[in-house]
Amino acid sequence: MLRYIAKRFAVAIPTLVIVSIFVFSLQKMMPGDPAVIMAGEQRDPQVIAYLREKYHLNDPVPEQYAFWAGRAVRGDLGQSLRSDVPVLDLIGDKLPVTIQLAVMAMIIAFAIGIPAGIVSAVKKGTITDYVANFVALSGLSIPNFWLGIMLILLVSVHLGWLPASGYVPLTEAPLRSIETMLMPAFVLGTALAATLMRHTRSAMLGVLQADYVRTARAKGLGERVVILKHTFRNAVLPIVTLSALLFGELLAGAVLTEQIFTIPGFGKLIVDAVFNRDYPVVQGVVLCTAIGFILMNFFADILYVVLNPRMRESL
Amino acid sequence: MKLARLSLLLLATVATALPAAAATLKIGLADDADVLDPDQARTFVGRIVFTALCDKLVDVTPELKIVPQLATKWSWSDDQKTLTMQLRKGVKFQDGTTFDAAAVKANIERSKTLKESRRKSELTSIDSVEVAGDHTVKFHLKQPDATLLAQFADRSGMMMSPTAFKKEGEKFSSDPVCSGPFQFVNRVQQDRIELKKFDGYWNADKIKVDAVTYLPIPDATVRLSNLRSGDLDIVDRVAPTDVKQVEQAPDIHIEKAVSLGYQGITINIDNTKRGDTPIGNEKLLRQALSLSIDRNALNQVVFNGVYKAGNQPFPPTSPWYDKSASMSGRDIDKAKALMKKAGQEKVSLTMNAPNSPQELQVAQVLQSMIKPAGFDLKIQPMEFASLLSADTAGNFELSQIGWSGRIDPDGNIDQFVRCGAGLNDSHYCNKKVDTLLQDARETQDNAERKQKYDAANEILMKDLPIIYLYHQTWLFGVRKDINGFKAYPDGMIRLEGVTKG
Repeated sequence: MLRYIAKRFAVAIPTLVIVSIFVFSLQKMMPGDPAVIMAGEQRDPQVIAYLREKYHLNDPVPEQYAFWAGRAVRGDLGQSLRSDVPVLDLIGDKLPVTIQLAVMAMIIAFAIGIPAGIVSAVKKGTITDYVANFVALSGLSIPNFWLGIMLILLVSVHLGWLPASGYVPLTEAPLRSIETMLMPAFVLGTALAATLMRHTRSAMLGVLQADYVRTARAKGLGERVVILKHTFRNAVLPIVTLSALLFGELLAGAVLTEQIFTIPGFGKLIVDAVFNRDYPVVQGVVLCTAIGFILMNFFADILYVVLNPRMRESL
Repeated sequence: MKLARLSLLLLATVATALPAAAATLKIGLADDADVLDPDQARTFVGRIVFTALCDKLVDVTPELKIVPQLATKWSWSDDQKTLTMQLRKGVKFQDGTTFDAAAVKANIERSKTLKESRRKSELTSIDSVEVAGDHTVKFHLKQPDATLLAQFADRSGMMMSPTAFKKEGEKFSSDPVCSGPFQFVNRVQQDRIELKKFDGYWNADKIKVDAVTYLPIPDATVRLSNLRSGDLDIVDRVAPTDVKQVEQAPDIHIEKAVSLGYQGITINIDNTKRGDTPIGNEKLLRQALSLSIDRNALNQVVFNGVYKAGNQPFPPTSPWYDKSASMSGRDIDKAKALMKKAGQEKVSLTMNAPNSPQELQVAQVLQSMIKPAGFDLKIQPMEFASLLSADTAGNFELSQIGWSGRIDPDGNIDQFVRCGAGLNDSHYCNKKVDTLLQDARETQDNAERKQKYDAANEILMKDLPIIYLYHQTWLFGVRKDINGFKAYPDGMIRLEGVTKG
């Protein structure tokens, strides 16, 4: 097992290097000069020249990358060009927000998606199945930004139940924090629930036809046990992978949802950074997201083994 | 069960959320401010935050008259090269440092010498600052500069605590200390900036709220929804298309003022480079282009008539606007005649335009308006940073771009049209215009200055390096329980006298 973990980590390193080179080069290909943006409306040539010098923007691109990578290895991701704040501080500020949103969205997605998937598989071809499918498709098709704005209009403006914005950290005011996150988590969660539901349904359908399920029924086991213990446990593996990927995606930031509910998370950070040509921030956030993805995949693999004893031997 | 618990939790949180802190003003801004250091700052929203945080030497009225703030009186020497200012007594910075002439000197010197300073070009005329008494300061100028007072009504005139900036250097922005009505408490990047009332403020009686929080919310619809739900008290830049909706809503209203800036088309006329085009080389074609645009219709179609159509660097509401040269309206026949005179029947044009929906709509309306005159306009949508780079590098034929505007007329015109000036992207150069603008700078007599600007405008309207189109209106959404708020042409949110509830 340890060897397996070590191997996985060894593979992760070149992935991170490739991702960082790729993002770095892509950014340099973008037109638009950060020094011109930072110089402000006045565009004073002296200031532009000074800023280029200060942030090493005149150096050849490979040199710039080496400079960045050299510091990144030592845990220094540089400073935001726009706000002069260390990139690590920015990430430290935004990551907990995004994790909170992602966790809440996943809870909502699981709570809706998995029961709905199980029910619609078990009741395949009935009206329940069709309704569940219809709802799932709607969840997938309704754009987040539209649903978000509609929810704000209904829940905040007309009913006055939840605040439309005003995020506070969980540690500062837990209730208020959850309250401000409920709507965005719901918007994100419903879209994910739809995906989860569709996958749960098809995985369940596959397993429901297996011989051992028939045997379990023949043994006289209750339908509840058959479905939850024998069928769902076996159908859950692809859902674990999917959930890990979905969670990784959420960590990369839900740009539109964050914009609409004004949540200071990763999505807003990276979008603003791209528009401002704030290279160190883009670079840092992408690196962080890549690490998040790799960890989630890794976590999914471990969960596999925990859930499916047969896989332990293959390690 | 889970669901029941969740909804209970939800109800409980809603109940606890309702009584908000009584006198905290929540203001929604269209962007996040940049560095909170008046010398390094460059964004418009940053200036809004500074208005509460930092007092300036002088301020402006809604009519753009310069009035005292930290300076109580001022006078010019006969040769117009020395400005003497009497400073307000008994003023403290938020860290307890006393505000005096030495502090002013230290501030101006920092603005002029800090490497990161964006204020250098605004203060070039100042040669030295002399402490002529505890509360008397003299500015010695290299040449007369009528624009200086207006600069002092903006970031260049904002006074920071010398104790703080000497200690923090370029890092001043992490905990900015000025002498304004509100002092810095906390900032979360891209989320909020929190200020609280400064009890030692010299004009503390006028400040009726205990704290103010600025929240950047880029989407206008979302900003407005937050205002309607009561999560915000004031929002800046309501979308012109939402104005009707706001006016019909019972608990919010609009406060507005035409801005100091302009939006227009800059034409590259540098005939050695990308400006070597029919329209770049021939002013008759530029005149024809200007004549084929119906500015009022443009304002109606794209902005529901909420903005102000215009043909000059100053809006029609400005005292500097030349009424005798006001818009003549669209005249396709005359435009065609001018094209013919220039030996052209059809001219193809390419215009760089910012890729926001509204800007592109402007571009599309222009495209169809100028077609009948024989202009075939290709729109090249670009993200703003790229557009700026292209403009600076002279890599454009037409560029749809504007200027946020300055209090002094010089700030809206000189740097865009003077030979070789920093923002002269069109590469226009006319010695006559330069002389007029320089003369206007060197006199304090406003009537004489206006004459010079009118004369310069007359030439510019024939040469047309920039075709002016319209002037944005600052639209603030305000909740009914907020009283005393007034919109200013500079778009700033002044909190003196503003009450909540």
